[in-house]
Amino acid sequence: MITSILKQLGTLLISLLGLTVLTFILSQQSDSPIHQYQSDSAFIQYFEYIQFLFNGDWGMSSIHKRSVLKDFLQHFPATIELIVFAMILAVTTGLALGILASTRRGGWLDNTLMTTSLIGYSMPIFWWGMLLVLLFSLTLGWTPVAGRISFEFDIEPFTRFMLIDTLLHHNKYGFDAFLNALHHLILPAVTLSTIPMAIIARMTRSSLLAVLKSEYIRTARSKGISKQRIIWIHALRNALQPILTISGVQISIIMSGVIITEYIFAWPGIGKWLLEAVSRRDFASIQGGVLALSIIVIAFNLVLDFLSIYLNPRLRRPS
Amino acid sequence: MIKKSNENKDLMTNSSVYRDVASKAKLLISLTALFCVACSPEDSDLTEQDRTQDLLVYCSEGSPDSFNPQLVTSGTSYDATANILYNQLVTYKPGTTEIVPSLARSWDISDDGLRYTFNLRQDVSFHTSQVFTPSRSLNADDVLFSFNRQRLSSHPYHGISGGRYPYFTAQSMDQLIKDIRKVNDHKVEFILTRPESPFLSILATPFASILSAEYAEQLNRLRRPEWIDSKPVGTGPFRFERYEPDAYIRFKRFEDYFGDKRRVKNLVYAITPDAAMRFARFSAGECDVMSYPLPVHLRVAQKNDLQVVQTPGLNIAYWAFNTEKPPFHDVKVRQALAMAVDRESILQTVYDRQASLATNPIPPSSWAYNKNVKKIPHSKRRALELLKEAGYENGFSIDIWAMPIQRAYNPNARKMAEIIQQDLADINVDVRIVTYEWGTFLSRVSRGLHHSVLLGWNADNADPNNFFSPLLSCASSVNGNNYANWCDNRFDELILKGRTSSKQSERKEYYDQAQEIFKQQAPWLTIAHANNSVLVQPRVKGFIISPIGNINFEGVTIGLPDQKQPRSQKQESDEVANQ
Repeated sequence: MITSILKQLGTLLISLLGLTVLTFILSQQSDSPIHQYQSDSAFIQYFEYIQFLFNGDWGMSSIHKRSVLKDFLQHFPATIELIVFAMILAVTTGLALGILASTRRGGWLDNTLMTTSLIGYSMPIFWWGMLLVLLFSLTLGWTPVAGRISFEFDIEPFTRFMLIDTLLHHNKYGFDAFLNALHHLILPAVTLSTIPMAIIARMTRSSLLAVLKSEYIRTARSKGISKQRIIWIHALRNALQPILTISGVQISIIMSGVIITEYIFAWPGIGKWLLEAVSRRDFASIQGGVLALSIIVIAFNLVLDFLSIYLNPRLRRPS
Repeated sequence: MIKKSNENKDLMTNSSVYRDVASKAKLLISLTALFCVACSPEDSDLTEQDRTQDLLVYCSEGSPDSFNPQLVTSGTSYDATANILYNQLVTYKPGTTEIVPSLARSWDISDDGLRYTFNLRQDVSFHTSQVFTPSRSLNADDVLFSFNRQRLSSHPYHGISGGRYPYFTAQSMDQLIKDIRKVNDHKVEFILTRPESPFLSILATPFASILSAEYAEQLNRLRRPEWIDSKPVGTGPFRFERYEPDAYIRFKRFEDYFGDKRRVKNLVYAITPDAAMRFARFSAGECDVMSYPLPVHLRVAQKNDLQVVQTPGLNIAYWAFNTEKPPFHDVKVRQALAMAVDRESILQTVYDRQASLATNPIPPSSWAYNKNVKKIPHSKRRALELLKEAGYENGFSIDIWAMPIQRAYNPNARKMAEIIQQDLADINVDVRIVTYEWGTFLSRVSRGLHHSVLLGWNADNADPNNFFSPLLSCASSVNGNNYANWCDNRFDELILKGRTSSKQSERKEYYDQAQEIFKQQAPWLTIAHANNSVLVQPRVKGFIISPIGNINFEGVTIGLPDQKQPRSQKQESDEVANQ
């Protein structure tokens, strides 16, 4: 187990090294330097660059003259809120649909679910988002079009997590503001969760079907254990392993999806911030944002790797 | 408890963000615990109607670069500052290009046109913010502070926020203004190096906004001078409350405002860069006013009885011929090409009819517009004759550079170029369409590498000089925006006279002649003046759009169409009538 963990940490270090070297080289190409280096040698400058990063000096935005790291941290909670909500939606619905499909294999429900998930999987997200807005916001009027909350609620950003901040304003608005924020979260979260939901549903189905075919399930069945118990207690736990791996890979899909989703729904998170920076040629912000996002993806994958080591006895045991 | 941490927020430094978050988290936990005790909200006696009644939401197209208009040149930043947070010495009468008093009650101009004396109003207060409570009303020191910060590199505030004042520099204000003197507390004198009749118009532009000198002193004591640009304090109809980058800006009504008393209590800019999404928000009623609608939105809105507020903008789209390059050095060729182009179809296809055909470089709303200039007819036969006279009967080939980005005055230069391409094919002129990334495009055009170019101009102030000098003078062909590289001595002399003489009737005469020469020499084909337009919900009353383009919410109210006129609104209009 220790060797596996060390191996993972080694990969992490190499990825981070590659990443910082890349952003460092990119920053050297820019006309307006993001950092002032003491040394002339590019090699030593790289170490100065790393030092700057560790000290929290990620440069200043050339447009707003604000600290890039601070800007990033300010926009990040909105993105987290959206991703967490979308991920919960994707995992719960995806798992449920997958289980449902695998237990009724070949039936009409299975076929419909698998076809729909294939469509969902191949949907261009910006088009899908617009379509949802057209239907639910403009035609039916069920959901708001964009933003995190209606402006009649004057919410001071304490944590910048809107759901939490609205609860903090409970004495002013009751639960109205909280429900309003939740209402605003639905459509972007559905848009963002569509692709991962489809992937998780398909993965759950095939993984569960594979497990259900295995010997020990047949044994369990011959012992007369109920179907429910077989699926929930015996099959699902073993089927979860590949699903977990696949869910981990979703983070990069989610990250690129969140940029588009935020743009569509005027959601003031990292994605909108980055796109704005691109359109203004604000290189310091672009570089800082990309670096931070990549670090998050790498770190997330690392955590998932540890989790699967923990869950999989074959990896846990020293070989 | 909430109140206290709110004050702390302003003194928060970069490194204390985390500590702050941690304390907020504790607060959260304790408050969540409270919920179970006090599950029914006691203070929330506000109904939904109360909350929306005095709230106006403006769907804007982007985040401002700064809250100090002196530091920027983008229209988005001006829209969020110039007429909202600040005032200038003089201003435009809403919806017109006429100069009227604002912070200055009145002014005198010396006979030689070199001295402008402004008498300031004595009843103007500055906003109160979390770190600043003004002790005095506006006086001459504030005017001196606002201009000297931009003008004098020795000024203590000059270097704050980068020390660049792009608009001030671009207008050569540093060379124009010799000195600014405080005559007494409410009288300021500007001394110029040369007579400059557009000066009053220039003082009405956003960069001439007046900031508080007392606030600057206060920030110096706090050692946070840079807050002057990010936590703005002005004299305008609304005071700054909060800005969440890329999300919204919140303004509150400034109760002690000296001008129009009719305003909404809360003004919110909902930042929505995508035009389709902006329109969706507007259609769903999430915003009351929408900026920069696309032509298709205007059509939909007109069908659905939404208010489309429009005015011909102070702008021009043109096709400039590089007169230094053959065959464009020949005036006959230029006239021939201008005749061959069917501008009506450009108006239809590119502008969707949200513009008017341009004859002169300045739009008809300007007082200097010459109505009698002979229009160039659209005639391919006449064009062929002219080309023959010039010795080009077998045709030739040219490049048209089409600007790569969308602007209100030119929504689609590429399409425009394609229409011209088809028209010119009929007179044996072969057109190649060229385009580059915007930055490269501009720098190459400035170096005169182009053959001919499709560009446009949006005026920053309403003076006609703002079109002639930067776009067509000899000086601007060397170093400026004269992309036709056209230098006509007679024309140049006339516009110089127009710029320096102080009587408007005399100026009009010079500009009339200049426009005749321009049309006859045809360095450009003038294409169109695009309309400025915004969409407004029926419940919004009193919104006026400016030809110059800056948004103004002074005097704008929210009406309740399904209710009787509220009593308070009537009182307010009486108050205004009494002023």
